[in-house]
Formats: sequence, structure tokens, C-alpha cells
Amino acid sequence: MEHFPILSAITFLPLLGVLIILSINGEKEVVARNARNAAMLTTIATFLFSLVLWFGFDKTTAEFQFQEQAEWLGGGINYHMGVDGISILFVLLTTFIMPICILCGWETIKDRVKEYMIAFLLLECFMIGVFCTLDLVLFYVFFEAGLIPMFLIIGVWGGANRVYAAYKLFLYTLLGSVLMLVAMLYMYAQAGTTDIPTLMNFDFDPHAQTWLFLAFFASFAVKMPMWPVHTWLPDAHVQAPTAGSVILAGILLKMGGYGFLRFSLPMFPVASEELAWLIYALSCIAIIYTSLVALRQTDMKKLIAYSSVAHMGFVTIGIFAFNIQGIEGSIMVMLAHGFVAAALFLCVGVVYDRLHTRDIDRYGGLVSIMPRYALVFMFFTMASVGLPGTANFVGEVLVLVGIFKVSTWTAFFALFGVILGAAYMLYLYRRVVFGELTKADLKDLLDLNKREIIIFAPLVFFTLWMGVYPSTFMDFIHVSVENLTLQHEISMSSYHALTQTLAGH
Amino acid sequence: MYQTIVFLPLLASLIAGLFGNRIGDRGAQIVTCGAMIVSAVLSWVAFYQVALTPGDNSLHVQVLSWIVSGDFNVNWAFQIDSLTAVMLVVVNTVSCLVHIYSVGYMSHDPHIPRFMSYLSLFTFAMLMLITSDNFVQMFFGWEGVGLASYLLIGFWYKKPSACAAAIKAFVVNRVGDFGFALGIFAIFMTFGSADFAVVFADVGSYTDKSIHFLGMELDLLTTICILLFIGAMGKSAQLGLHTWLPDAMEGPTPVSALIHAATMVTAGVFMVARCSPLFEYAPAALEVVCIVGASTAFFAATVGMSQFDIKRVIAYSTCSQLGYMFFALGVGAYGAAIFHLFTHAFFKALLFLGSGSVIHASSDEQDMRNMGGLRKKIPLTFWMMTIGTLALTGFPFLAGYYSKDMIIESAFAAHSSVGSYAFAMGVAAALMTSFYSWRLVFMTFFGESRASKEVQDHVHESPQVMLVPLYVLAFGALFSGFIFHEYFVGAHYEDFWAGALFLVGDNVMEAAHHVPMWVVEAPFVAMTVGLATAYYFYIRRPEMPGKFVETFRFLHAISFNKWYFDELYDILFVRPAMKLGYILWKRGDENIIDRYGPDGVSAAVVRVAEKFRSLQTGYLYHYAFAMLIGLSAFVTWFVMGGQ
Repeated sequence: MEHFPILSAITFLPLLGVLIILSINGEKEVVARNARNAAMLTTIATFLFSLVLWFGFDKTTAEFQFQEQAEWLGGGINYHMGVDGISILFVLLTTFIMPICILCGWETIKDRVKEYMIAFLLLECFMIGVFCTLDLVLFYVFFEAGLIPMFLIIGVWGGANRVYAAYKLFLYTLLGSVLMLVAMLYMYAQAGTTDIPTLMNFDFDPHAQTWLFLAFFASFAVKMPMWPVHTWLPDAHVQAPTAGSVILAGILLKMGGYGFLRFSLPMFPVASEELAWLIYALSCIAIIYTSLVALRQTDMKKLIAYSSVAHMGFVTIGIFAFNIQGIEGSIMVMLAHGFVAAALFLCVGVVYDRLHTRDIDRYGGLVSIMPRYALVFMFFTMASVGLPGTANFVGEVLVLVGIFKVSTWTAFFALFGVILGAAYMLYLYRRVVFGELTKADLKDLLDLNKREIIIFAPLVFFTLWMGVYPSTFMDFIHVSVENLTLQHEISMSSYHALTQTLAGH
Repeated sequence: MYQTIVFLPLLASLIAGLFGNRIGDRGAQIVTCGAMIVSAVLSWVAFYQVALTPGDNSLHVQVLSWIVSGDFNVNWAFQIDSLTAVMLVVVNTVSCLVHIYSVGYMSHDPHIPRFMSYLSLFTFAMLMLITSDNFVQMFFGWEGVGLASYLLIGFWYKKPSACAAAIKAFVVNRVGDFGFALGIFAIFMTFGSADFAVVFADVGSYTDKSIHFLGMELDLLTTICILLFIGAMGKSAQLGLHTWLPDAMEGPTPVSALIHAATMVTAGVFMVARCSPLFEYAPAALEVVCIVGASTAFFAATVGMSQFDIKRVIAYSTCSQLGYMFFALGVGAYGAAIFHLFTHAFFKALLFLGSGSVIHASSDEQDMRNMGGLRKKIPLTFWMMTIGTLALTGFPFLAGYYSKDMIIESAFAAHSSVGSYAFAMGVAAALMTSFYSWRLVFMTFFGESRASKEVQDHVHESPQVMLVPLYVLAFGALFSGFIFHEYFVGAHYEDFWAGALFLVGDNVMEAAHHVPMWVVEAPFVAMTVGLATAYYFYIRRPEMPGKFVETFRFLHAISFNKWYFDELYDILFVRPAMKLGYILWKRGDENIIDRYGPDGVSAAVVRVAEKFRSLQTGYLYHYAFAMLIGLSAFVTWFVMGGQ
């Protein structure tokens, strides 16, 4: 290992923070303050470290970069880290969102601050690990371990019905991961290694691919989440504290999409292609179904949670378009959603902190007393409905361009989400922000304070940047995606050649 | 220069919007109006350089690359040709005047910087739309004006009706965008590019090709054009997707003048004209455009005749005039359509701002039944409105006379069945236009005042800052047709457009100069009959309208209730969507998925679930850590065992 192990540093730096926080003792107030500061410093340091990736990344190759390899369990199971164009932006998204999350719970979390911060730092470690690791076992560990802090964040700092929500999250995810584990064991038995780059070039038997694909699909579909395994998400969001929702929407949901890109597509190309219809169907149903459901929500967080499911429908559609626009678009939708949905949950958090309710009917006319908030909320509402010039638009348009080449029906149905999205978001905005301010308890709400402005400013900035000049970000992913589609084409054509020779005999 | 024209309004909008508190009302007005005046003057310079100077002076300005993904490559770039130059002049002139007018009109409003900021933001988006060199940037402008329209319709956010109208406008437009977006995707799939230059250069080689779309084999270019046209229908409020426009009158009147009369609603016309190379190779699509346009012209005119809200009358009139523009496009008279767009911007903005002046004078009253006799009290406004009405109804030698008659004659000269249909509808609509326009003037300015005493005492002429923009527009309404008709549709056609508008066959406007005399006279006769009827109904025999309604109850009901479109859509779309959403949520998610999914599992292991519920959070915490350790152990064991 000649170079500095930057990926390990980024991944495990949060654990160092955990150790520091664990060592804090004393008065409750002092502990809380120090824990906050320590967590903040750790996440900022992690973010700064991750900038090394941003500046040091070679955009001209599809190879994994910043690789680290070390003996671990033996027998082809090693400690292997590395990033390529597909994963690097997710790592950066994670390190970027984390300080915002810490800042977001700065004042609102008063109990068990120490444990709260520890949970978030652990979560950060696991999430970065998921995106950096190049070993199946390690991936599985990170992927599943991430569930635990999330489970705790909801279960301990959540709302009234938090246990039910945490339990639902646990149950769904467990189901998926058990199947994935079985598939991984099979793969290891076949290939004799758990090294991801090696597995990507391994030709699995086409029949086995279908089962492997479905097993991984079970896990990723829950994480996305796709219809009909999405019902944990609204509950989880509703019960989670604001920062929990931000992480959940901002990053955890992306692990499913990332999984599809890292595993399903390159490792099981034939099954991916053959089961694409299933993905299209489920995604289209998700988009229309959850958009309609969102229209009727009375809880702000639930509404945005349902809208997240709809947006993730675009992601899966894009990935399974198997062309450059579709896949790049889906990555962009994920990144954009990372900013926009996170910001929308923060918007809900702002008024929740003040009034302690998420019930839409309790609000109305906020623009009169919270003009700055109204502006920020409007901005992200428009970003969420995919207004051109914001990040979402770039992703959605690419996904649709990509899928239109493959299936006009899918593009047609997915576009309904664009109409309905405008309807439910504007309807929400109108009920919360517009109208006459009549409710007595709203009259002395304060507008955004300095801390909240600091939280929103970078999100606004990046949402616009990605919308106006996405090349800054997309330059990272071009080569890797190109390579991914090329490899996919090669495996498909060799598969077709094989079936034809078989048919010829 | 072009960057200045486009981005100056954006800059002004940001300054007024973000620093409105600091620079104050006056500061915001100075910044936005100043920026608009500069933009407007530069637009006329551009108009002179690009359009009026003979020869092809079109140019291309690259700003920044936008979306690059594989072979999908879209830039932020401007394409300036005669068509863009015409639109620049229209948009910036009207916008500039409306900005100035708003200083007076909105003087009592507590949110002046916000209003000015929105107006400038709208102008920026509209400019991005008309200067775009590709479909995606055009879509950016398209949605951007939609956003600005949404914000401005809902400007008085305390009024529930305004909020509802704003959402309706945005969502109905999205329905149109649905088609537009599909069209863009189909274009990219076919041509491998979304740049106008590339697409239009290639289009000839794609005739008679088919596209596999939604399980059907359809003619490629026809499909693309119809999809694009659906977008145009949404933005330009054509029959079927028109329902948002009348409701949009909830916005402040300057907004109605700028967005919902002169500029944004004409974006669809502009788009079809811009895509003339595509549409020319898709004759079936052009027929659709023609039929929809002609039907809208007729339909909206019938509704306009029975409305009482002064702004709604003008809104339906706008809808109807847009119909004229579309059927002109449909018969291939692109020049005439854009010419009408050009002249219409002046006289319709004049009518709207004039009606704003009326509303302002009569204490925010909009119902014409509570007006009357205003001629003596606000004579300047009266004259401005009269000029606007004369221009709209096509009084000889005023603006509408040149452009509207040209359209009607072109429709006849097309000698096709759809052309004849459009001709008939156009003449009928011209009659009704004249009727409802004069009805408006007579009900508002003539007769005895029907307003309350209080309102009557308050009636006052508007300040100069509102009247001067009216004078400028009146000048346009009087002379723009006379000055420019040789350029837009006459002898200088070729030199003026310089290839910006594309034609495959013969120029129908050439033929339009040689139609029989009765065709030329038809619109004039229609106008006179409309005027005479209105005079008879509202001046000579004011009891006639009541009797007429008694006799033709059914026809009146259809017209008065706008052909029941809103009610129909409510039954067909809005309520089912709401109901379905509720069913999917309660039945689908909660009763089926959850019941047989997680809740079912939990019921099956009741005891475990009980334990979960009784667990204290502290225990949960321990439990989870145990889970982490267990999980790792589990994995390790499995993997080691697998060796």
C-alpha cells in the first residue's frame, strides 16, 4: 500500500469521532455540548478528507481508484476498497449531507445527545463503507449494519409510534437481506472469491442469474424502496427525527440504486435484461400509485415520503434502460433527490420544531410571517417537481430520454408522475404556506434563524449548480457509465450468440 | 448584447427579490424598470439589425454547455433570427410597459418588490424560451414562464380562488408539457440531437418513416408534431386545455396583460412557427393544428359573449385570438400568425391595461353589471379602450385589420377542407368578437352608472405612470399593422423572415392577396354586424339581452357556463384522482400491503411483537448492538463454513 489509504480514512474517521464522544463524561449539559462539537468536527473533517477524492479522481478511466487491499478472512475474502465514477459521488454526497444532519439536530435534540451523535457517526461510517468497499462480504456487513443506527435513531429519538415504524423497517429489510445473503453464498461457491471487480467479470450461468438477480432485487427493492415493498418508508419518515429523515431520504435510499448499478447490472446482465419488464412495471406503478397517494396525505412528512418513492421509480427505470442517458440520469436523480428531498424534510423539520405537528391542516398562511422560509420551501417544491434549471430536471429528462428509446410505454406512464408531482407538491405548498393566516398558534412563529439558513444555503446552491451546469458532476460518471453499458452490451451479445448456436444445433 | 437583453431582467429580478427589504419599494421599481427599459431598447436595435436589415442576419451565441450524456448534448445557447427578433420586441416592449404601469397600479400593495421581481423573472424565462437554439432550453423557458405565471396568478395568496387558479394553471400546463416532453424525446431518438439546426436540417429525410409509439406504428413526423402541439395547446390555452386561462385572471391585471395576453400564451404559437420545418413535413399534424385553432377561436368567442367579469371577457377574447393564430399556422400562413401575435400583443395588452385602469378607477370592481357611464369620468381610459377595441375587431387600417383579415383570407386561400372550416369559424368568431368587445365598451362606459354611490364618488382617472404605457400601446394598436404588414406578410416577406419560417409548398399568403372580393369583405361585414348588434342590445334596447336569454335559455346556459368544461374535468379527472389516491392509500397500502405484509408477520408472531412493544428504549439500544455483533458473527461463520 504505497499511497495514503484515503478511503479507509474517510470510512473510519467517524469511528474515531465515536471514540472521542464515548470518552466524554461529566455534567449533562457539558456532555451534550461537547458531543455536538465533536460530531460536528468529525463530520466536517470527513468531508474535507473526502474532497481529496474530488480533486484527485481521474475522470478518464473506468478503473477503480484509490484502491486498498489487505488480507482479511482469507480464501478470496479480502479487505478491498476503491471507488469509480459510479460510487464516488455517493461518497461525497454522504460526507456532504452529514454535517448538515448534525447541525439540524443541534438544538432540537436535548436528551441522550451523546448516543444520538454516536448513532449518526456510526451510520456515516457504514454508509461510506457501502459505497467504498469492493468486497461482497464487507459490503454486506456495511449494508446491513447501517440498519442498526437507523433503527435506533427512529426507535429512540422518534415520534409517538416509533417502535412500530422501526419494527416495520427492520422486518422489511431483514427479509431482503436474508435472500441477498443466500445469493452471496452461492456466488462465492461458484466464483471462489468475493472480490467485486472479479465477480463483475465472472459469467454466471444465465439460469442461475435469474435467481441471483431476484435475491439481490429483494434487498435493493426494499431499500429503494419500490412498490409494493415501500410501506415502511412513510412510517419510518414520519417517526424519525428530522435528521433521520434527511439521512434516510438523502442517502440510505440511494443504497438500493447503487446496488443495482454495482451488482445487478454488471453481474447478472442476462437476468437484468430479461426481468427489465418487471422493473418497468413496478416502477410505473410506484410512480402513479404513490403520487396519487401523496395527493391525499394529511401529514407533511408522509407526503414527501411518498413523493420519494415516486422519484425512486425514475431511478429504477433509468438504470434498466441500459443506455448511457438512462443510467447517468438515474445517478443524477439520486444525487438530486439527495439534496432536494433532504431539504424538503428539513423544511418540514423547521415548522415541526416550532409547532410540533406535521399535520398539514394545522398550518396555512405561513408566508405572512415566515417569508424567508416560504422562499426556501418554494424553491425546493419547484426543484421537487423537476423545474428545469434545478437538479432533478437534469436527471429526470435523461432518464426519460433513455427509457424512451427502449420503451415508449414506460416513458408515457412515468410522465404521469410529472403531472401528479406538480399537483401534490403545489397542493401541499398552498395548504401550508399560502392562504390567510388565521390560526392563533401560528401568529408568533419565527422565520428561519441563522443556523437554519446555514443549513439550507449549501443545498440551494448545489441544487442550482447541478441544474444549470451539471457537467461538473457528470464528468465524474461518464467514463464509468460508458464502460458499464459497453460491458453490458458485450455480455448480452455473447449471450445471444451462445443461444443462437445452441438453437442451431 | 444578447446576453444583456436576456440576463438583465434576471439580475433585476434577483436584486428586487432578494434585497427588496433593503432597497425598498422605490428601489425595486427603479432596478426592474431600468433593466427592462435597457432590454427593450436593445431589442429594438436587434430587431432592426436582424429582421429589418435585408439578408440573413441570424446569429448564434453559445453561453455554456448544459447537459452532456453520451450523444445527448444540450447547450445554453441563443439563436437569434427574424422570428426571435420579433418575439424579443414583443416581449420586451410589453414587459417594459407593464413594469412601468405596475408602478402605478400596484402602488397600494404591500409587496411591491416581490411583484416586480416576479415580473422580471417572468421576462427572463420568456426570453430564454424565445432565444433558445434547442428544444431543451426552450423547455426550460417554457417551464420557467409557467413558474412565473403560477407565482403571479397566486400573487394575492390570501385569496383561496387565486391559489386554486395558480395551481390549476400550473397543472393544466403540465398536462400539455406531457406531450411536449414526449415530443422532445421522440425528436432526440430520431435525430440524435435536440438542437434546432440539426433537427431542421435533417427533417426532409424522415418523411414517410414510422415510429413505434405506445404499441402502434405511427407516422414519425406527424406523431412528433402532434406531441409538440399538445404542449402548445397547454401553454396557449387551446380548446381542451384552455380552462386555466380564464381562472388566471385572479392575478393582478398587469400580469394578465403581460403573461396571459401578450407574451406567455403566445409561446405555443411561437413554438409551432419555430418548428415550421417539422410541421411542414407533417401535413396531417398541420390539419390538427388548424382544426383545433379554428374550433378554439369559435368556442372562446361564444363564451366571451355572455361573461360579466370584464377581465374574463378579454381572457376569452385572448383565447379566441390565439385560435386564429393557430389556424393560420395550420394552413401554412406562418407569417400571418406571427404578425397577428405581434399586433395582438399591442392591442390586447392595451385592452387589459385599460381594463385595469377601469378596475382601478371603480374601486377594484370587475363585474360589468356594476359599471356603466364611465365615459365621462375617465375619458382617457375610455379612448384607449376604444382604440384597443377597434384594433381588435379589425377596423380598417388599424392593427387587427391587417393581421386578422390576412389570417381569414389565408384560410380561404388554402382551398382545403380544413381551411374552409377555419375560414367559416374565423368569420363567425369575428362577428362575435366584435359583439363582445363592443358589449364590453358599452356596458362599461355608456348608459347610466350601476355602481354604488360610494364607488361612483371615488371614480378617478389613473395617474400618468399608468396612462403613458397605454398611449404607447395605443400607438402600436393604431399603426403597427400599417407599418409592418409589408414586412410580415407582404412584399418584403422573404427579406424580412430570411428563412426563419419554413415552407414546403406555395406561400398561401401570396394566394391570399388574390381571393375573391366577398372573402375580403366578409370579416368587415362580420365586424359591422357585431358592432350593430351590440349597439342595439346594449344602447338602444337595454332590455333585449334579458329577453334574449329568456328565449334562448339553453344556448345561453352553455355559453355562460363555458360549455361546462370545468365541471366535466372535475368529474373526469380531479375527483377520480383524489378518490383513487384515497383508496390506494387506505385500501392498497394499509389494508392489503401492510395487512398481509409486516402487520401480518407481526400478528403471526404475536408474542414477539408484544415483546417489541414492551421493550424500553434502553433495551432496544442494547438489542440493536447485540444484533450488530450477532450479524457479523453470523456472516463470518457462514463464509468460513463455505470455504
